[in-house]
Amino acid sequence: MEITLPLFYLIIFPGFLFLAVYGLWLQWLDRKLCAVMQNRVGPPWVQPYADFVKLLAKEVIVPDAAESGMFRVLPFFAMAAVMTALLCIPVTGAALFPFQGDMVAVIYLLTIPTVTFFLAGWSSTSPYSTVGAMRVLTQLFAYEVPLMLALIGPAILAGTWRLSGIAEFFSAHPALMPAQAIGFFAALIALQGKLERLPFDIPHAKNEIVGGQFTEYSGRLLGFFNLAVDMELVVGAALLNAVFLGGQNGFTGAAAAAVFLAKTIAITFLLALLKSLMARIRIEQMINFCWKYLAPAAMAQVALDIYLKYRLG
Amino acid sequence: MSKITIPLGPQHPALKEPENFMLVLEGEQISGATVNLGYNHRGMEKAAEERTYIQNLYLIERVCGICSHSHTTCYITNVEEIAKAETPKRALAIRALFGELERVHSHLLWLGVAAYEMGFETLFMYTWRDREQVLDCLEMLSGNRVHYSINTIGGVRRDISAEQKAEVLKRIAYLEERTKYYVKIGTEESTILARTQNVGKLPYDVAIQRGAVGPTARASGVARDVRKDEPYLIYNELDFKVITHDTCDVFGRLVVRVLELVESYKMIKQILNGLPEGPIAVKVPMRLPAGEAVNHYEAPRGEDIHYLKANGTDKPDRVKVRAPTMANLQSVAYMMEGGWLADAPLVIAAIDPCMSCTDRAAVWDPKKGKTTVYGWEELRKMGIEHYKRRGVDFSRL
Amino acid sequence: MKHPARIFKEAIMHLFKKPATCGYPFEKAKVMPNFRGRIDFDSSKCIGCQMCVRVCPAKAIEIKLSAEQPPAPAPVEGQPAAPVKKKFDCIMKLDRCVYCWQCAETCPKKALIMTQDFELAHVDRKELRRHYK
Repeated sequence: MEITLPLFYLIIFPGFLFLAVYGLWLQWLDRKLCAVMQNRVGPPWVQPYADFVKLLAKEVIVPDAAESGMFRVLPFFAMAAVMTALLCIPVTGAALFPFQGDMVAVIYLLTIPTVTFFLAGWSSTSPYSTVGAMRVLTQLFAYEVPLMLALIGPAILAGTWRLSGIAEFFSAHPALMPAQAIGFFAALIALQGKLERLPFDIPHAKNEIVGGQFTEYSGRLLGFFNLAVDMELVVGAALLNAVFLGGQNGFTGAAAAAVFLAKTIAITFLLALLKSLMARIRIEQMINFCWKYLAPAAMAQVALDIYLKYRLG
Repeated sequence: MSKITIPLGPQHPALKEPENFMLVLEGEQISGATVNLGYNHRGMEKAAEERTYIQNLYLIERVCGICSHSHTTCYITNVEEIAKAETPKRALAIRALFGELERVHSHLLWLGVAAYEMGFETLFMYTWRDREQVLDCLEMLSGNRVHYSINTIGGVRRDISAEQKAEVLKRIAYLEERTKYYVKIGTEESTILARTQNVGKLPYDVAIQRGAVGPTARASGVARDVRKDEPYLIYNELDFKVITHDTCDVFGRLVVRVLELVESYKMIKQILNGLPEGPIAVKVPMRLPAGEAVNHYEAPRGEDIHYLKANGTDKPDRVKVRAPTMANLQSVAYMMEGGWLADAPLVIAAIDPCMSCTDRAAVWDPKKGKTTVYGWEELRKMGIEHYKRRGVDFSRL
Repeated sequence: MKHPARIFKEAIMHLFKKPATCGYPFEKAKVMPNFRGRIDFDSSKCIGCQMCVRVCPAKAIEIKLSAEQPPAPAPVEGQPAAPVKKKFDCIMKLDRCVYCWQCAETCPKKALIMTQDFELAHVDRKELRRHYK
């Protein structure tokens, strides 16, 4: 009995299966919202699932010049890192395996997919992939610092580095949530960069470098990479929810899950809105923007939180 | 940093037609670019020699999908010039109307393509949705959305009724409203400005030197427009401005095209409201007397030149098309050098390239069974040798 | 004023609007009257002058004598035999046709009929070679 419950958590809910199904569903929601804002019809809800199943059935082609072993193992690496990150983020009530300092672990685990994207592009050795890989890494240095800074603010205010602890703190003090607005939007924009979506889809800008780091990927491996990106969307939205929006607001069980779904959907809507309002910017403009505006904004949030902490005692 | 060479095309998501650009990259910056033509040669000029003048009308229309009316009008002006046909005034006005409607649909298409190349998908969807309005106008007036086939030798094939006129005016009023909105978006949305300003610089003197035409040249401050310089059809009776811009970059090209839309709406209204009465076509004999004619026409992409040689039969002796993209491609390599890789698709798209119209210079040797594309040096050498045999020496030029 | 997300209002507005997309093939596509579609053929009017064949830019039309000719009318006493109107077939190669309607406009007897029929896609190429009798 002791072993079945954690296994259920790990594999079915809120672990792997839920993450995969919900990730693909959020991908559909994102695409549908964009389509509606662009005055189009958009895909039916089964589309992402059908795409995934179709990709699973397709042949995998590994380029001769690529490092075969690395090339094959990277998508699973990315997926595993994202799944592990979810274990520390509260979905229904408290997180599955919370510990002091798990916020740092989550940020670290969410960096791993980006590194695998870089390695994927680099090990494919085609010119487009190489350029894409370099862009992945350049972009990582642009958004990672603002994201980290933005997440530190609430942690300082709550006085804990445990994500569940931060969520509980804000559930207990909802009046402090509006003060985190700057940090929330900075983190939202940085998350958009992390997920490599418009206007920051520079590493795989299709008009410039075809598929970017994924140009040489096909079939099953591409399917799992796409799945990893969709899962990252869920985990990223869950992270923002836990840090800025007070997690489950003290609910437990099914109500907590409903609150979680509602808030991640709201965050996806904001991300979809960001995606459809802007043109893609160049890599050097992105770095400029992140260091000139985003990082100072996140830092202002940290300063504000230190001040609040001092005033509240 | 080591240099890598990236092929952009012939198969690439940014290019709608096969053409190859080799980019030498230093990191993200382009240090050299070459343009390779010849992936899309269709042998249309040769095919035109096998067909009668009336059949050629439909062939020439297919030189380009978007500026189909430009090519036929240019060709038919040549035919009527050789046949000495008196085309009725009403036919000329209808041709001008189609020319302007075509410019509207081509520029809206360009706006969408440019938005897509800079990754602004929402603007792309909006412009293409609104472009449907003008395509509907064209379908209503001519019977087809893209290949209107409105021209016939000696006039036009379909007349415009009062209801059609009212319907076109209604749709144009809607488009005017939308274009005002696009002007605002194009000049005030900061991500568009970030992507277009100081991108693909083509200074005034380089534009002249490389023979840029159409909106590409006008965005570099060259006030060159065949409609104004040498008015054809009924353009001398219409009131319009030649739009120029002095920023010499992609932003300038965007502004020029969007403001040209406004001028086109003005002209469409003028033509429709002052449509002269009379017949729409005259009869022209099938056989043309021997003769030659050259004409140019301001296509949406720039100056389009057609040459026609008749030999007294019902088929032309030679047809030569110089599509506007041919003239503008010379500037592309210049515009890309020193820029960012991210800007390359946008710079290429900014001249509104129509590669299929352009490609017609591959040489096939049946004995060796292989295709060669002659470079400038070889062509120059061949030209000099050809004239030497005729007793003229150009080698010192 | 210059700022990002200029189209915010427009995008939000479209959340409450119906998509502009036409749901073809689930709903019928609208074509304008006089849209240039498939050319039909009226054998009783054709005189076999081959004008359409000569004018066609795509060489899509063939006009030939029908296999079955109408019987000659019974000769009437005292009058010269009435000339028999020959019957012609038309083979329209829809995969070659560019739908310019030049043939229909050239036809002196209006034997070629202009229709608005545009749903001509087919998986079998033979189906595109229409034999009008």
